[in-house]
Amino acid sequence: MRGYLPDYDLSSTENLTEAFGKLAEGEKPFAGGTDIMVLMDAGVLPAGRYFDISKLKELGGIKVLKDQVSLGALATYSDVRNHKTIQKHFPILVESAKEVGAIAIQNRGTVGGNIANASPAADFPPCLLVYEAKINLISSSGLRTLDYTQFHLGYKKSEIRPDELIQSVLLEPRFLDYHHFWRKVGSRQAQAISKTMVAAIAKVNRRKIEDIKIAFGSVAPTAVRCRKVESFLLGKKLTSEVILEAKNILTKDIQPIDDIRSTGKYRLIASQNVLEEFLCGIG
Amino acid sequence: MKKLKLLVNSKTFTVDCHPFARLLDVLREELKLTGTKEGCGEGECGACSVIMDGKLVNSCLVPALQAHNKKILTVEGLSNKSMSPLQKAFIQCGGAQCGICTPGMLIAAHAMKTRKKNPSKEDIREGLSGNLCRCTGYSQIIESVQKCGGRS
Repeated sequence: MRGYLPDYDLSSTENLTEAFGKLAEGEKPFAGGTDIMVLMDAGVLPAGRYFDISKLKELGGIKVLKDQVSLGALATYSDVRNHKTIQKHFPILVESAKEVGAIAIQNRGTVGGNIANASPAADFPPCLLVYEAKINLISSSGLRTLDYTQFHLGYKKSEIRPDELIQSVLLEPRFLDYHHFWRKVGSRQAQAISKTMVAAIAKVNRRKIEDIKIAFGSVAPTAVRCRKVESFLLGKKLTSEVILEAKNILTKDIQPIDDIRSTGKYRLIASQNVLEEFLCGIG
Repeated sequence: MKKLKLLVNSKTFTVDCHPFARLLDVLREELKLTGTKEGCGEGECGACSVIMDGKLVNSCLVPALQAHNKKILTVEGLSNKSMSPLQKAFIQCGGAQCGICTPGMLIAAHAMKTRKKNPSKEDIREGLSGNLCRCTGYSQIIESVQKCGGRS
């Protein structure tokens, strides 16, 4: 049954100072609503006061700075997929944004919401892990910057404190000479949450791997970098034996489970196969 | 309760409503614009699609507060005195059967045509990928949108 409206409130917020005051009183931020309104419809949204952050300029927009690109927490999937610099330097962010829900969801869902929800099935985190992003968290005591790898602590658990908001994600455009690969495995093309997904980039010189970064989503409590596979592949030429061994090692990097969307067994095999698809495409 | 101003189909409306109420319910119950339908209520089926400040959204996922002072286009706003070319094409091509998905399909197609002047079949398929139809099998809907080309 849907949530009972009088148990909730939603207020507009004009600036960050006001937002920090509301956080201190235990209010929760509301941006695009593509998760919160669904929880409300299902009757499982915690009752209480929420505040609309969608007008906070400090959290918005995609900015191309001197050595980095800043994705504001309020940038939508549509903003990401239509941005020329993102398309050029971070193509798998664009690919993943195109596969979130469908156009109406992409117009409303935000980068910050995708991260803050801390779901292992969120589409951006694997990309942010391989692009070695940083995340800016802002509170009344100032800004702190973390490596994105430090942000997700466990299933729906993250580094964010109750007094903080996600301000932006920072990306360094240093992967132009890399192969970029994104593959989401779901029940259908649109409106599906993934059973497994991989984001991967690699620099290859004469079939030898000079650098490689691989991350999976939906197959562990958080999105995960596959460090064991990466260190095995580094410096190697991609022969069929090497690819086979990489698929075996993947079982040590991911821990897929059975749930409503798939089984652990299917997820493991599908993950190994998409890893193979990536590696075969770059050798 | 909050007093909110909505600009729906070029008319200004003032409503008293809960800020967390769904835009879908405000349109249907307060403004009596029942063209916009509820299907799943969770952003999956597209039956409640409307265009807000030029962007396609699921009105079941928009809280009323965020529609304050926004321009909203619903299916009622697509036709003036007569039906739009897109609506006529849906009739000619059999793009509507039971009709529940049709307002959302029309709105999503309208939004897609606003973004892409000469949409390819792929553009049409993507533009309508958030809208479910359980009658037509989709082919007739895609044909309807193709038939009227860049016009909507």
